[in-house]
This record gives sequence, structure tokens and C-alpha cells, in this order.
Amino acid sequence: MGKQQWTPKIVGFLCNWCCYAGADMAGTSRMKYPPNIRIIRVMCSSRINAEMILKAFQTGADAVFIGGCHPGNCHYVDGNYRTKKRIDVLKRLLSHMGIDERRLRLEWVSAAEGEKFSQTMQSLADEIEQMGPNPLHLTGGKTYER
Amino acid sequence: MKVGVYICHCGVNISSTVNIDNVVETLKNVANVAVCKDYQYMCSDPGQEMIKSDIAAHGLDRIVVAACSPRMHEPTFRAAVSDAGLNPYCLEMANIREQCSWVHEDKERATEKAVSLVKSAVAKASLLEPLESTKIPVTHSALVIGGGIAGIQSALDIANSGYKVYLVEREPSIGGHMAKFDKTFPTLDCAACILTPKMVDVARHPNIELLTYSEVERIDGSVGSFHVTVRERPRYVDMETCTGCGQCASACRLAGRILSDFDYGLAKRSAIYVPFPQAVPLKYTIDPDSCLMITRGKCGKSPSCVEACDRGAIDFEQVEKVHEFDVGAVVVATGYNEFQAKQRPEFGYDRFENVLTGLELERYFSPNGPTGGKLVINGKVPKSVVFVSCVGSRDKRVGNAYCSRVCCMYIAKQAHLIKEKLPDTDVTVMYTDMRAFGKGYEEFYERVQKEGVHYRRGNAAEVYEEDGRLHVRAEDTLLGEPYEVEADLVVLGTGLRPPSSADGIASMLHLSRSSDKFFLEAHPKLRPVDTVIDGVFLAGCAQGPKDIPDSVAQACGAASHVVNLLSKDHIDAEPIIAIVNEDGCVGCRTCEQLCPYEAHAFDEKRGVMTINKALCKGCGSCAAACPSGSISMNHFRDDQIVAQLLEVL
Repeated sequence: MGKQQWTPKIVGFLCNWCCYAGADMAGTSRMKYPPNIRIIRVMCSSRINAEMILKAFQTGADAVFIGGCHPGNCHYVDGNYRTKKRIDVLKRLLSHMGIDERRLRLEWVSAAEGEKFSQTMQSLADEIEQMGPNPLHLTGGKTYER
Repeated sequence: MKVGVYICHCGVNISSTVNIDNVVETLKNVANVAVCKDYQYMCSDPGQEMIKSDIAAHGLDRIVVAACSPRMHEPTFRAAVSDAGLNPYCLEMANIREQCSWVHEDKERATEKAVSLVKSAVAKASLLEPLESTKIPVTHSALVIGGGIAGIQSALDIANSGYKVYLVEREPSIGGHMAKFDKTFPTLDCAACILTPKMVDVARHPNIELLTYSEVERIDGSVGSFHVTVRERPRYVDMETCTGCGQCASACRLAGRILSDFDYGLAKRSAIYVPFPQAVPLKYTIDPDSCLMITRGKCGKSPSCVEACDRGAIDFEQVEKVHEFDVGAVVVATGYNEFQAKQRPEFGYDRFENVLTGLELERYFSPNGPTGGKLVINGKVPKSVVFVSCVGSRDKRVGNAYCSRVCCMYIAKQAHLIKEKLPDTDVTVMYTDMRAFGKGYEEFYERVQKEGVHYRRGNAAEVYEEDGRLHVRAEDTLLGEPYEVEADLVVLGTGLRPPSSADGIASMLHLSRSSDKFFLEAHPKLRPVDTVIDGVFLAGCAQGPKDIPDSVAQACGAASHVVNLLSKDHIDAEPIIAIVNEDGCVGCRTCEQLCPYEAHAFDEKRGVMTINKALCKGCGSCAAACPSGSISMNHFRDDQIVAQLLEVL
């Protein structure tokens, strides 16, 4: 892939029941958003651990998006609350590492909220575009490779 | 590893935005890809046939289909792969329609995205493992908790399908609240006439084991094989020998001196009693809180009940009994409690004896109630009656935002019954909004109005007493003015509260509850009788306020789901679950607190965690939290997710 013009690379981890279905709904309703995002499906947002998110930042992501069910609507009772706690902790860690915490975004999107999904993707892409590339890559990026 | 990759055009749905040729050519050169083809409609029969014949011809062991959302056609392609002899979990889908071609316009960038999504799917597919579902044996019996109309209906339906049912009821008799009603709205059927035959059916049914005066103490296990422990309190009367003749009750030294809880303390009974004449089982019970032999150890020279019982059924030596049995499914039909009227002190329920709740008035109507069905309340026939609706319902001050759904109609029914018995009595109903939603309800409401019952919109504010008469102060919200009505009798339309037993049952079965504290169904629209716990179903008011037809309908629904489950010899448990690597597990038990289904059990002997395959729902939360990385989440393993991630970046 050519590197003529930088566009943000965004990885999305979406729970199967709400946010992934919301992303499908955006598709069914033909609601356009920028093609920066690459979606990875998991059964619950609480499946995602810090290592996966850090790995994403380390290997080229400019932003990571986590999408779960609205509070009270988690398919697995309360997985989304756990996600929230973990993401909050990780955001602080990222700031500490010199990565703007806005590069990690958690949103609750229901299966019916195609519009919210598409708007969120648009606003995240815009925000990251303004912020510029993930600073880890300016320093060669893969210095943390195991 | 030989991966077959199939790119779908979906007519023009994908191909109009994504350059399919470009995707196919790129993918052909990706590691592990043995075959890469495209087709107009992969989900069609020829599309599926193409995959099947390629599996045979090329010995493919993993399949990637790049098409629509896996939420749409994953089951289709899993079945196709399985037909060709490959494990169905050796399939991965790339969503290039809903999440690519339909949401992007720039053809070049959409194609670039599609390529990376398909490569990502190939990377994951290369790491996929065949998974086998576990077969869980099913015990062909069911537990029904609660013997009200919902529990009775569920128990009968399941038993009639040929399965053994254990029906557990806390009170000495089944029947629940419905047994206390006189007539039912809107048809004015006599409640006892329609309920008691069902109660008798339960008692006679060869497939039903009725455990009354008993409570469920413990439930272990999971769908297909729950182990249940029930504690039966002593009645001090032998169930086998008691014939229910009632000689003991007439002879009891405390006859007519003990407040009957069945009649809300409005009538009196003996210390040995049946709650009501049609009780099932018709066996006497000694009330341990009032019987002289039990409270003081002495009752005259010898207990008069023992003397009166010529069958020798009374046994003061009786102790608690513990019943243990296995069932495959559970129906929770624990019903409701009436809202406690004293929580609205302005209505004077505690202060004025002529302020009654709806259920208390119901007992006055009943032929086996405190006045034998005559409307004589505290010695007087009321000349004017005021009903106050929404007491404890739609009232955030007492924490109940919900509508209790039955009060409007039971008030209408009671207003009608008063008019029928006492045509000259003035009846006023102070209502918030009239909710007559059921079949025949609106017509009944209209009929009651025509019978001369005054309906005035607006909440009652206060009940007070002046010159020996009750006064109800209210605001007419249609006229926008306050008014007062004098009344001989004020009836509070008390609402329904979640059952007091809900806490125990919820923690025993790990059930969730909605914000109103009623049990939460698995889905409010599409799974109203299921819970999130497999094998546990809801019937009646335990799930939320309901009238009798709705309770019965839900009870039938719950029973049909139970029968559906019990009709199988085993159930296939989804293999997408968490697995503990026992060599790596350090026994920190971090995962244990995270699981909402309590699928984790610590093996003290070996110092490692185990996961119950039947309980795990596969969220993967524990796998994400395991500090030693010893829990792997089937089909969504760390290495599989990371492989996907590396391909999309």
C-alpha cells in the first residue's frame, strides 16, 4: 500500500451483540463513514485485554476503538462494566507513555444505533486526523517488539 | 494448512464498490491460501457446492468466506463446511458488505480495506482449531418453585407431557393469591370455581410430587442437571393419616382465637388449621407460633387436638424433612407480595379500621371470608365507598415507577360487586389514568360506569377522620379543583411488589433482576419466559405484574420451553467457551469473581480453577483478566485475535 498520504489507521474491537450489530446496521442503512477503521469481532468487549490494545498501538494503529453494549444491556450481564474499568485504567497508562488517551475510545453502541456508529467513526477519524500519527511510529514504531 | 478463500459479489452489493478481481489476485499470494475464488452469490446452493467440492478436491482444512456479516450467514457456511466433512468451527468470515462495501464510496480505499479484512480472516482461520460441542445429559424432570396459578399451570403442562415435576410451595396449601379472590375480572368467574379443579389435578397427578410448607434451600448444577435441596417444615400432623376432617381444629383450646393470615387477620382460626376449606393438600397444619404445646410445651392435661383425632395423625415429635432430587430444568413462579399500604401513611391504613387494601376487601366478598361474603365491615354496611388507585404503583416516592397492571381492573370489579350487593351505596373511584387494556376490559369498565360508579380523575391526597366519618381529599385533575368525599369505607388499590423470596432465589440461581426488582427475562420482547441462565424459566408475576390470563399464558410458555428441553436426552453445549490451562493456572482465583454465571469452581485439592462447560457462555472476560494468561477463550484466543490485528494494520 502506497504511503503517499497519511491517513489514520484505526482498529475497532466490537462486541458481537451490540456494537458489531450496530456497525452492520450502519451498513444496512448505507450510512457512510471513512474507511480507516478495521473491525475485529469479539463476543464481548470484556474479552479485550490491555496487551491487545498495546499491541495495536505498537504495530501501527493510530487509534483503537472499543464498542460494547449500553450499561444494563450487556449480553453477558455486566461484561461492559468491566470493560469500562479496564479501559479507564489503560487510558491513564497510555497518557503516561506519551500516547494521547483520546486515541483509545470506548463507546456504547446498541444494535439499533447504526447512525451513532457511523457518526462515531466519522468523529474519531476526524479527531485522529487532526492529532496526527501515533507518536510511537515517528520513533520507528516497532521498538517495543518482543 | 490449506485455506480456501471465497469472495462473494453479492450481486452488485459488494462488487460495485470493491474490486473483486483485485482482492482475489492479492489473496492468491497470501501464505496458507490454497484456493481463492469469487462467485456471484456464495450463499446460494452453487456457491456452497463450490466450497464443498473444493474441500474434497483440494483437501482444504480451513475456509474463509468474504461476504456479508457473520451474523447473517455464518450458520449457513458452517453447515456447508460441516456437510463436506470439515469441522464447522474451521470457518471464518470477513464482513466486506455491511462493514465495507455498503459504508464506503471510494472504490480504491474500499478495495484496500476489503483486502486487509480478508487477509485478517485468513490469519485467524490459519489458527482456528476444530471444536467439539460437549454433550450434556438431561435429567427428565423439572422443578417448579411457587404454587400459585402460574406454578400450577406450568406444573400441570409439564406433567401432562409425561415428565416428573416437583412443585414446591412455601405455604401449607397451593393456590397462591388467586385462592383469596372472590370473582375475577372482567368475566366475573368465581375464582375458586376455576382454580380449585386445577389444584385438585395437581394433587392427583401421578407425575407431580407436591412439596408444600417447603422451601427451596439450595440449587447446584446447571442446565440438564440441577441438584435441588428442599426443606419441608414440620406440620406436626402426619400427611398420610390426616383426612382433613377438622375435628382437631374444633377441639383446639385456641379455637377462634388466632388471627388467620390467609384472611389478613380479619378472621380467626385455631392453632391447628387449614388456610381455606379447598386447600390442597387438605391436611391440617399446627401453627408453631401459637400452639400451646409448641410454644409452652403444655396444653391442658393433654392436647385436645390429639384427643379429637381418632386417626392419631398428630405428632409433636415431627421434625424438618430434607428432600434432595435432580431436575433438568427450573420454573421460577414465585409470584408477588402486596404493596405495604402503611408506606403511604397519608391514607391512614394504620390508623383507621375502615381503610382496607384491595386484597382485604376481596376476603370480605368471599363466601369463605370473615363475613361469609356479606359486606359488613366492622359491624356496619358501608353507605359510601371510595377507591384510591395507584397505591404503591407509578409512585417513585416509594421506589415503584411501574404500573401494577391489575389495580384499575380489580377496582372496577370490586366497585361492580359493591353495586351488585348494595345498589344504594355510593361508589367513587379516584383514578390516575384508567388502564383497561385486556380483552373485554374496556367494555367492563364502561359497564361499571353505567352501573353508577363515579370515576373521578386525579390522585387522592389524604384520608382523615372527622365526626366519626372518613373524609378523602383529592384533586379532580379534569376540572382542576380540589374536592372531598365522605366515606364509610376507603379501599386502597395497592399494587404488586416483587416477591420477598426473590433475593434468595436470585442468588441461588444467579438470576438477574430488572430495576424494579422483578426477575429479568432474557429478552424483553423475544425471550420473555427465558432467563440468562440456561434451563431456568419464568412464569407469572415473578417476572413483573400480570393479570391471571397473562400469568397463565406465560406459565404455558415456560412449560413448553421446559418440555422442549426435557424432550432431549442430551443438549449440545456451545464449544465457544473458556478453557483453563491447568499447568499455567496459579490458583489466584481472579477469574472466579468476574464470571456472572459462576461457571468457575476452584479445585482446592489441585489448586487450580475449573470451568463448567455447561455454565460458561463464552464472553471471554476471564481470559482477558487471567494474570498468568492461563485461560484461553475458544475461537477467540489471544493469538487468533492478535493475528487478525497484525493483518489489518
